[in-house]
Amino acid sequence: MRYAMAVDTRKCVGCSDCVVACQTENNVPIGFCRDWVIEVMDGTYPQLEMEIRSERCNHCANAPCVRCCPTGASRIEEGGIVAVEHNVCIGCGACIASCPYDARYPHPAGYVDKCTFCIHRIRNGMTPACVDVCPTKCLYFGDLDDRNSDITAVLKRRKSKTLIPEAGTDPHLYFLK
Amino acid sequence: MKEELIVSGRMNQLVDPHLHIWHWQISIYLFLGGMAAGILAIAALYYIRGREKDYSTAVRITPFLAPVLLILGLIALFIDLRHKLFFWQLYTNIKLQSPMSWGAWTLMVITPVSFIWCALHINDIFPKWDWKFKWLFDLEVFFRKYKKALAWVMLVYAIILGIYTGILLSAFNARPLWNTSILGPLFLTSGLSAGAAVTLILSRNKAERKQFARIDLVLIGIELFLIIHMFMGFLASTQVQIEAAKMFLGGPYTMSFWIFVVILGMLVPAILEIMELGKFNVPVLMPAILVIFGSLMLRFVIVYAGQMSRWLY
Amino acid sequence: MANRRDFIKISLYGAGAMAAGAGGYKLIKAISSGEAGKKLVVDLKRTPTYCEVCFWKCAGWVYKNSEGKIWKIVGNDEDQHCNGRFCPRGTGGVGMFYDEDRLKTPLIRVEERGKQVFRKASWDEALDYIATRMKEISVKYGPESMALFTHGSGSGYFTTLFKSFGSANIAEPSYAQCRGPRDEAFLATFGEEAYSPEITDIRDTRCLVLIGSHIGENMHNGQVQEMSDAIDKGATIITVDPRFSTAAGKSKFWLPVKPATDLALLLTWIHEIVYNDLYDKKYVEKYCTGFYKLKEHVKDFTPEWAYGITTIKPDIIRKTAKEMGDAAPAVIVHPGRHVTWYGDDTQRIRAIAILNALLGSWGRRGGFYRPSKFSLPSYSLPPFKAPAKSWTDLFPGKYSIASSPVSNVLIDASIPENNPGYPIKGWIVNGTNLINTIPDQANTLKAIQYLDLLVAVDTMPMEITGWADVILPECTYLERYDVLRASPHRKPAIALRMPATDPMYDSKPGYWIARELSKRLILQNYFPFEKQQELLDWQLKKTGSSLEEMQRIGVKTFEREVDDLYFSEDEQVGFSTDSGKIELYSAYFEGAGFDPLPKYIPHDEPAEGFYRLIYGRAPMHTFSRTSNNPNLTDLMDENSVWINPVVAKEWGLKTDQYIWLKNQDNIISDFPVKVRVTERIRWDSIYMVHGFGHKDKLLTRAFGRGVSDTQLITNVLVDPLMGGTGMRSNFVTFLTEKEVQEVAS
Repeated sequence: MRYAMAVDTRKCVGCSDCVVACQTENNVPIGFCRDWVIEVMDGTYPQLEMEIRSERCNHCANAPCVRCCPTGASRIEEGGIVAVEHNVCIGCGACIASCPYDARYPHPAGYVDKCTFCIHRIRNGMTPACVDVCPTKCLYFGDLDDRNSDITAVLKRRKSKTLIPEAGTDPHLYFLK
Repeated sequence: MKEELIVSGRMNQLVDPHLHIWHWQISIYLFLGGMAAGILAIAALYYIRGREKDYSTAVRITPFLAPVLLILGLIALFIDLRHKLFFWQLYTNIKLQSPMSWGAWTLMVITPVSFIWCALHINDIFPKWDWKFKWLFDLEVFFRKYKKALAWVMLVYAIILGIYTGILLSAFNARPLWNTSILGPLFLTSGLSAGAAVTLILSRNKAERKQFARIDLVLIGIELFLIIHMFMGFLASTQVQIEAAKMFLGGPYTMSFWIFVVILGMLVPAILEIMELGKFNVPVLMPAILVIFGSLMLRFVIVYAGQMSRWLY
Repeated sequence: MANRRDFIKISLYGAGAMAAGAGGYKLIKAISSGEAGKKLVVDLKRTPTYCEVCFWKCAGWVYKNSEGKIWKIVGNDEDQHCNGRFCPRGTGGVGMFYDEDRLKTPLIRVEERGKQVFRKASWDEALDYIATRMKEISVKYGPESMALFTHGSGSGYFTTLFKSFGSANIAEPSYAQCRGPRDEAFLATFGEEAYSPEITDIRDTRCLVLIGSHIGENMHNGQVQEMSDAIDKGATIITVDPRFSTAAGKSKFWLPVKPATDLALLLTWIHEIVYNDLYDKKYVEKYCTGFYKLKEHVKDFTPEWAYGITTIKPDIIRKTAKEMGDAAPAVIVHPGRHVTWYGDDTQRIRAIAILNALLGSWGRRGGFYRPSKFSLPSYSLPPFKAPAKSWTDLFPGKYSIASSPVSNVLIDASIPENNPGYPIKGWIVNGTNLINTIPDQANTLKAIQYLDLLVAVDTMPMEITGWADVILPECTYLERYDVLRASPHRKPAIALRMPATDPMYDSKPGYWIARELSKRLILQNYFPFEKQQELLDWQLKKTGSSLEEMQRIGVKTFEREVDDLYFSEDEQVGFSTDSGKIELYSAYFEGAGFDPLPKYIPHDEPAEGFYRLIYGRAPMHTFSRTSNNPNLTDLMDENSVWINPVVAKEWGLKTDQYIWLKNQDNIISDFPVKVRVTERIRWDSIYMVHGFGHKDKLLTRAFGRGVSDTQLITNVLVDPLMGGTGMRSNFVTFLTEKEVQEVAS
């Protein structure tokens, strides 16, 4: 079982609904976010190209944040979801420094926090809050090992890329071109 | 024109606009740890080689600073933690892939070892010292019997301590400036250099001072060699590494690195020590303090600049 | 040794400590293993509502956490408006509830208007004050001297109040400041407006043509969702916009049109479609009149002619016309929504309507569908006595095409030197921040000075509340019942709004406020139900449902009475126009003294060193009303001014620098604005998101952040047909801090 998410950059409009929905669902404190939206522009007026991406923790299979955690708080749960056990975390910040995607942040309560693929919803058969709310339905989520899942289907159909593949982290967040 | 911007207003404290999660606490700890490692490694080395009499300050007196430095370092580390109540989780397991875990356990070993080493030499500072309790006296006898083994343990762990501070940072590929295997040896050398400098200050023995001045000179030479190769490595590497190196070649940390770390911390003391060896009379305090200062500034600059280097945007 | 009592005490403490320890351990284990998290998901108490953050009114569920506090808002899967997915403003609606800057008690002004000095008052005192003044105005000038400016779900209550009081001077700024020209143009052409939500069948279209409409930056939830569906289905998007909008980024064709020349492009498209036989012949013959007059009218509007005006190359114009023709009838030339641009807006939208008619998209799949609206039973109230005078008596003869009262007319009528037919002496402003909505702020503020009464009903302190005599704090939509939503859509449906929690502080629902006022004006007969929910229950029981059922399901969708979502092949469709057909040539406009067919007129261009001020929306905000919402300021807490790199180089400006803006009438922006140097904007224009630059100090997150475009819109081009206020003929230049200080001294 390998959970993964795909973002269809053709449909994403950058509305940042995923950010607010994640914030309310997971009680992310105001001033912090677990996911964010990037706009990339290239060209000269009027020959222009734009890509919009909704980004979050990539839940890497070869996660540097899990390897560098001195207490084992940062760990891989079912389906490859990278999670932080709050009361094992000492707040040293090593995982934050080790993430090439800058996906983690120090929670005011002391521990380190990040996107959890809404593991509490997945365990109840639901999809992550961001996938559920996206008005353009540009977020796909599922089990890569399941031939019938949304994400397997869309990755088969479309060309995709991951971010900073050269960092060797084997991320599970795909961007459909 | 190319633009890459965050549209959703992300401004996570300590992470945006660039990472700044580690501050003076970590820099101070890396410095104190490095210096303590240097002191203990030199002490152990010369003891093992049987040069205790020749370099008695280095082997017997200087190590008294080590426990102080280590305790202060541990306090700095503790202050840096954001979830302090759970610090004990560090000691519920050993994570071989996490340099921080090595560090925690190494400190666990070397701090008591340094205390024991000092206890064995306490009579050098307090001639009339009395252990008062019999079991403490028995312990002293025991450790004195196995002093050589203790020295080996201290040597190995001191080197680990000195080098792991660099490996700790270099394990973070995500910060291109730290992503170089030269950082480990550089920090170890810098720590040894600072340790040697302490003996330079404390020693009353002219021969010892001269030897340690030479040692320092060699170590500075090695450091400069490592730094040059570090830059060569960055500039020949990928774009993110080049950007990282640019921070020191015209970027925000140019002045602080070249002036504080290289010129004041390495070149000036080297010149002063050469002059000293060439029979000029130079107050020995100066190059030693500059070396220690340079070692401290190296940690500060690398920790701060490293957090500014990034893969993205 | 301790005695027995001590022994018992110690044992009890010990046991207690052990129990606490065990409990604490268990709790820690539960939290750390995520078990506490498990509870958060499964059916916690949820109440239905429909969103009030914008006009789309998506229906959803408000969830409360285990402590009974509002936790999150999620869409109702059964709702046609949102299909179970709320937009960022709706999802961030919790921030509106938790915002500590909310209005908390009624306030009465103690110093002169604009000084923003108020004292707390009780509801009784505030409402008595208002009723007394209203009666005075009624006696002195007549009840029609009271004007209502309103927006949102509460409009109904205050409308009832006003009509029973004797005034029909009820204006929604969304008419003359936003959709008015489009509604009149479509009414004149098709006999029907474009509605809210718009009846565009985007999800089945094969070609979506956007004239300035920035779907994806404007967050018309259903339209953004359907545009995404259309993209998946391979639909073509053609965007006509001087700015590279998000929609332009997803378009097959982006036409970077020169600002203010869209009408020329539309006329040329009409020419191409008519003269290349790309129009739906059968449809035009069957349903339209005036075709030959139209054909004659567009004879000379060739792509070469348009090229010189719009800078769009002729072959692109031809290609896009063909694209539209090939996709017909599943093509939408989108009517837009905020279309008050240059004062000739009704005519521009007429061109859009004509294009749609030629392509046969009106009433066809992939074009415009026939909406169906649920007919809610209305409780019979005593009849309203007809007002002695209406808004058309204020400046007789003006804006004869307008089918709704025009807000700026009511404002102008408050200024004696404009010599209105009768004066407007009192305003009640409900749920709209007039100061940031109506262009030419100086004029609005001048009008306010002549008023005998200005009441603001709002949830947040806003610029308009700062000028009011009495501020009435309304509770947010999450704390009240409101009318049943019965908006037109593909299927008739109703949605319930019920409170998730009691009103915070001393705020009250709009219904209660209107009713209490009515009591003091001896008009309570028009509010027979004490509580809104009693009326709702009555209505629902009449439809075979009940309040209880709606509280359980939130949205109830019905089947259409007739399966007439689109015109059927041989249907004889009648249109509510004078001729009963689609009027390509508008005899109605002609009769009123206006052009029956749109003509292109050139508009002003910026002077040297000045740039056209273009404004728009961001998907995470709704006008100026969300600029203080903590969840939404997290996404965007200030606007920036988009400047083309060529211009930036000329001025030496860099991204993230702060500058001031000065317009052609020497108005300097109150606050500096961040620069964004980007290729997305044309070199003769600058762009910013509307709704920032707040001056009300009570808005802790919004005060002083960004710049207000409204402040810089002082040149208003009024549409002679229906009074719409065209706002895009304002030009700005840049000032550095030093220059601003020089000007100040």
